Amino acid sequence: MNKKIYLTAGYNTISMGSGRKEFNPKKERPGIEHYVKEAGRAVVDKIGVENIDETVISNFNSSQYNNQANLPGYAPFIDEKLRYKPSTRVEGACGSGGLALATSFKFLMSGISDVILTLGFEVQNVMKAVYGADVLAAAGWYKHRKEGHAHFFPGQFSDRAGVYFEKYGRDYARKAFARWYRNAIENARLCPTAQEYHNTNPDLEKTALTEPNPKVFVENLNVYDCSKVSDGASAIAIMTEEGLKKCGIDKKDTVEVVAFAQAVDDITQRPYEPTRLLTTEHAVKLAMERAGITVNQIGTVEAHDCFTIAGVMAVEAIGLADYGKGAQYVYEGKTARDGEVPFNTTGGLIGWGHPVGATGVHQAVTIWEQLTGNAGDAQIEIKPERPYGMTINMGGDDKTVTCVIYKRPE
Amino acid sequence: MTYDERLSNVSVLGAAGKMGSGILLLTAIEMTDLSLLPENKDKVFVLNAIDISDAALKGLIEYVRTQTRKFAEKKIVWLREMYKDNPKLVHNGEIIDDYINKVVQTIRPTKRVESAYDSYLIFEAVNENPDLKVKLFKQIDENNPNEPWFFTNTSSVPIHYLNEQANLEGRIIGFHFYNPPAVQKLVELIAADKTLPEIVEFARNYAKKLKKFVVNSNDFAGFIGNGHFMRDALYGIQTAEKLMNEQNYSFPEAVYAVNKVTQDFMIRPMGIFQLIDYVGVDVCKYIMSVMNPYLEDEDLHSDLLDKLFERKILGGQNSDGSQKDGFFKYEKGRIAAIYDFDKNEYIDVNPVAEKIDAELGDLPEGHVAWKKIIRDKNKDEKLAAYFKNLEKMDTLGASLAKQYLKNSGAIGLKLVSDGVANNETDVNNVMLTGFFHAYGPINNFLNWEEIK
Repeated sequence: MNKKIYLTAGYNTISMGSGRKEFNPKKERPGIEHYVKEAGRAVVDKIGVENIDETVISNFNSSQYNNQANLPGYAPFIDEKLRYKPSTRVEGACGSGGLALATSFKFLMSGISDVILTLGFEVQNVMKAVYGADVLAAAGWYKHRKEGHAHFFPGQFSDRAGVYFEKYGRDYARKAFARWYRNAIENARLCPTAQEYHNTNPDLEKTALTEPNPKVFVENLNVYDCSKVSDGASAIAIMTEEGLKKCGIDKKDTVEVVAFAQAVDDITQRPYEPTRLLTTEHAVKLAMERAGITVNQIGTVEAHDCFTIAGVMAVEAIGLADYGKGAQYVYEGKTARDGEVPFNTTGGLIGWGHPVGATGVHQAVTIWEQLTGNAGDAQIEIKPERPYGMTINMGGDDKTVTCVIYKRPE
Repeated sequence: MTYDERLSNVSVLGAAGKMGSGILLLTAIEMTDLSLLPENKDKVFVLNAIDISDAALKGLIEYVRTQTRKFAEKKIVWLREMYKDNPKLVHNGEIIDDYINKVVQTIRPTKRVESAYDSYLIFEAVNENPDLKVKLFKQIDENNPNEPWFFTNTSSVPIHYLNEQANLEGRIIGFHFYNPPAVQKLVELIAADKTLPEIVEFARNYAKKLKKFVVNSNDFAGFIGNGHFMRDALYGIQTAEKLMNEQNYSFPEAVYAVNKVTQDFMIRPMGIFQLIDYVGVDVCKYIMSVMNPYLEDEDLHSDLLDKLFERKILGGQNSDGSQKDGFFKYEKGRIAAIYDFDKNEYIDVNPVAEKIDAELGDLPEGHVAWKKIIRDKNKDEKLAAYFKNLEKMDTLGASLAKQYLKNSGAIGLKLVSDGVANNETDVNNVMLTGFFHAYGPINNFLNWEEIK
């Protein structure tokens, strides 16, 4: 980092979709404009529109979901005072939000801007899941689509889970998946914007242990192993010290970016080692090196649990457990909100929701809330020996990864 | 002849009707699924959709398209497997669209009954008119060299009668779908004494492939489903007439009261008069007239239905599935007005409801609406508790419900003792799966001896 960068004034809309009481797939619902306006407006109102130098917007596939491209133009839709100011859209599938963060950091470090409005969104509930799977499949290599599963990404991660089962044991891994699901829902119940906020299931692990049925879904995962189909937006202000002054923001209301790292892998290749997230490992390692910290100093993580198996593999990629031991780490409750390192404290992609292009930004908002003590009922204790927060946002099958490390400013 | 060969050329008679269109849809899907199997790659599957009206046949294809999409979406995993060797169709959406086209292309809409002369299997879903059925069967059988099998969807005409009249030599079986066939799980299977065993075997396979729940009924007019429903409906009409005579109720008041008791007090999906409207006043009258000559110790006939039929108060559904006016007038599926027999006009339901609801009295404690109870895991316990409370009450509504429940159970038991149903479970299963009741009519919820 060539200068100090801070995040503040984060905001999440509700993650709308199945699970929310007010969600009715048969009725017309708000579109892109509703979510972009709500999230964008909330941040603009806190920092003052005149202070914003530019906007970075992340989204995965509004071209196919909503027939809408050319997304930079949504910045002035949030506030007309953003007309004629720069606006950039970034895309890296489910890792788009992470790219928005990294892009914003780089723009600030270039010296060209001091205050950036960073916003991610996705509106997915415009088609049935069976067709949505086609749209999501664009996050993989298009030449792999034909031989892929009807539910393409669940199929990809089911294959990974299958290898993990073979190597380390099926029952053992499935129990960890069930625990991951339980943690996700229990955390979501503490966050009013979470898609699973209304979930009242008394026996979550039992539900999650439902046997996968390859006749209607994939071989090694059930629907509880999967993240949600969501409509939503998240936004946050990212700025330099100069920017903080301009906006009149007190540092206690911010988190500071300690380090970040990006890594990509070849979209045309299948996983080299199905039981490991190699790109994630690379990004996390690099980010920690840059931050000069060890894994034992991380107090909370927002991991990209698009599937429970991805959550377990992320635990191993970070280095909290050896290969094959991530399942045990999870099963023993070490990623629960009262565990060694609380993961996904507002539910993650499985509990809070996964409006694809917003997810990376949502993760940053959650870390900002936790480290500034603004997480409401979902607040965890940040212990002094573990002061750092981490977000890992992953696009596709471990292809486009951004890892960010945060702390409270001194 | 194998199962696949039997289904390689099929005709549906009355294909544009309420039942025929559903049978056509399910059969077209089954035939298309067979055609996708590698061993059938070069075979042609033909399904003749035969009906008398061009206008109805036109709407039929659109219906098949819309419904097939729903089926295709649910079996996309299997479809992708079937399409794996076709490199041009990549996305789920593309495969589903192609599949729908294949299903539609299997179907040949026509007004010419001669199309059935090439078929190996004939589904019949024309009007419930024995003479018409016999005439069509005879004509096709005399001109078709394949000795085709006949599957009749009749809900009332004895199969042995059709077999004898049309000289089919046992090449016929009763295969009775419930409305709408695309949704309802139940099929009543009725083999006549002469029905060939290989037809029964094929019918079982076919029903299994369609994921239908089969209940065997013996070959008595009306079978189990209408055997219960028609008697239950007649009891409803008689109860309404009794209320008019004994309580001085007007026609609309009596109809409302009985409908309310059968729906709400008895926790059924709809009241008995709404159900008559749903099926059709004309259809009910017709089925009773088909069944009645076969019944020795009872008169299954209603003057009221005859009179309504003459006045063209018919019920039934429009082609879009909306309800036509019968005993009630409906707005957006809800009862808005009631037919007043004396004035021959519909009157607002609200004043009638206000008066009669008060006279019937409150619903017993523990009442759960039908919509909720059918999804309840503790359904049987809740129903038992509810009916215990009902049993203790002696309001007008509770008394009518108790008598109605007792009569409904008695109808069910008589179907078993008459040999129509093989056992009590079959009767209950027909009412549970074919009529969506929350509980079977033969039950121990109340102490029946004490209900007078």
